[in-house]
Amino acid sequence: MTKIADSPAKFALPKLTYRLWHVWRRNFDVFMKTIKVNFLPSLIEPILYLLALGFGLGGFIQPIEGVPYINFIAPALVAISAMYGGFFECTYASFVRMYFQKTFDAIIATPVSVEEVIAGELLWGATRAAINSTTVLAVIAAFGLISSPLVLLVPIVSLLGGLLFACLAMCFTAIAPNIDFFNYPAFLLITPMFLLSGTFFPLSQLPQMVETAALIFLPLTHLVNLIRGLVLGRVEGSMLLSLAWITIVTVALFLLSINLMKKRLIK
Amino acid sequence: MSSSEILIKARNLTKKFGSFTAVDHINFEIYKGECVGFLGPNGAGKTTTVRMIHCFWPLTEGELYVAGFNVSTQACEIKRIVGVAPQEDNLDPDFTVIKNLQVYARYFDIPKAEATKRAKELLKFFQIKEKQDVLISELSTGMKRRLILARALINEPQILLLDEPTTGLDPQARHIVWDEVRSLRKRGVTIILTTHYMEEATALCDRVLLMDNGKIIEQGNPSALVKKHIGAEVLEIDNDEKLLQTLKAEFPAARFEAFGDRIHVFTMQPHGVFERFLERNSLTHVTIRNANLEDVFLKLTGRRLRD
Repeated sequence: MTKIADSPAKFALPKLTYRLWHVWRRNFDVFMKTIKVNFLPSLIEPILYLLALGFGLGGFIQPIEGVPYINFIAPALVAISAMYGGFFECTYASFVRMYFQKTFDAIIATPVSVEEVIAGELLWGATRAAINSTTVLAVIAAFGLISSPLVLLVPIVSLLGGLLFACLAMCFTAIAPNIDFFNYPAFLLITPMFLLSGTFFPLSQLPQMVETAALIFLPLTHLVNLIRGLVLGRVEGSMLLSLAWITIVTVALFLLSINLMKKRLIK
Repeated sequence: MSSSEILIKARNLTKKFGSFTAVDHINFEIYKGECVGFLGPNGAGKTTTVRMIHCFWPLTEGELYVAGFNVSTQACEIKRIVGVAPQEDNLDPDFTVIKNLQVYARYFDIPKAEATKRAKELLKFFQIKEKQDVLISELSTGMKRRLILARALINEPQILLLDEPTTGLDPQARHIVWDEVRSLRKRGVTIILTTHYMEEATALCDRVLLMDNGKIIEQGNPSALVKKHIGAEVLEIDNDEKLLQTLKAEFPAARFEAFGDRIHVFTMQPHGVFERFLERNSLTHVTIRNANLEDVFLKLTGRRLRD
């Protein structure tokens, strides 16, 4: 009697091949088919924020760190759209494909493996994040809120940041008993991050303890720091630190999310 | 159609989910070109066995080889030559009928032009060509089933796995699926199916493996199994103590079973013995029928409900 050594419960590095791009491509094809309903809302939301907060509220607010309020929040809107793009793609959308549509089951009956399915989903989540944030970038460019050619690096940074949020989201998808479960990370993690990551006011306004916690735990803090530096053309040493933080956490969450999903899907 | 070349070989194949043993140390071989049916009540381990064959679930114990490849280490090679039509509808609702096949072909690295060619041929073969540009949600259950079969064939598999291929279909759709399965068999595709329908197993399978509680309890050609376990004919009558005594005297070698308020009499004797008995005794509510695989199934697995 042979015991099978490779138990799915064991933490392992995923074995990935080019086939993960077939999964990415499937999602891309669906996106292109539904681009009208996907694209317009993501265009309108940042315009509303710019109007209400930038022009409306911003009129009452002193310049922050030497820039007008609207210029201060515009790069944050780009980072937030990357967060939403990655997070919602790999929670609700991935869960629907996995649980209701059984799309993953259908794909793993082909030469594509479970690990490649998840990796393809994660890279697609990152792509969605980059598409969303680049769209918002175009909007703020149209409002004349870009001050540096470094802005051309923003889509790449959004892709990386988006991958982080996609991996984070996939960890929740791996343990979600039902789709309503995502209310927890959405309201307890994403909403606080939206407000407390140096998005609408500098982190230094917060109590020291909260500021430190935001720097240590909240990925959006680092993504906002990077994108704001690139959009405003103010390159600082802290940006390298943010880049390192995002890279390390992304690698860790990438491995964790694939392993958690394998545990859920392989019985 | 079958040859002596072994295509699938299982030794002590076992699958446990926690403390529950779904498949319990089974051994079997499947030969090239055969159509083999896994039969059994709910929870017998049929689907679990099929899912291990196409590397969907890892084995807990034992060995399983498909076309010479080890399922535990060569999943990719196996999945390339196997076509799977699962029980549940997992067609891609985001795409049209033909796009479903094209996207699925891509997972097998089939180039787009070739994929489109095969997709069109398959849609024609399964009589859903006119629906090629509609979304999945607009298909009837029977059409969805046929599209799942078409999808399972997009990689031109050597082995086709059909998990309850006709559950939920009306008789017309069921017969279309049967015809299609038969013509695939003629082309030399090895077919493994699971089913609850004994009629389906009799109509399609060269050989059936009867499973219960995770074990294979009997196997063989459907009509040979009927002959071995049941015999030729079955007489069904209303339960009546006096009549039972008469029948027992008349047919001392027959097997008698009471189900509810009916008595079934199974005989190994040639056709016609029951008819001659009825000519001499006038009875009401009588049925004479051929013994079938369902009789074998119920005899071997019992009549207790399983879920």
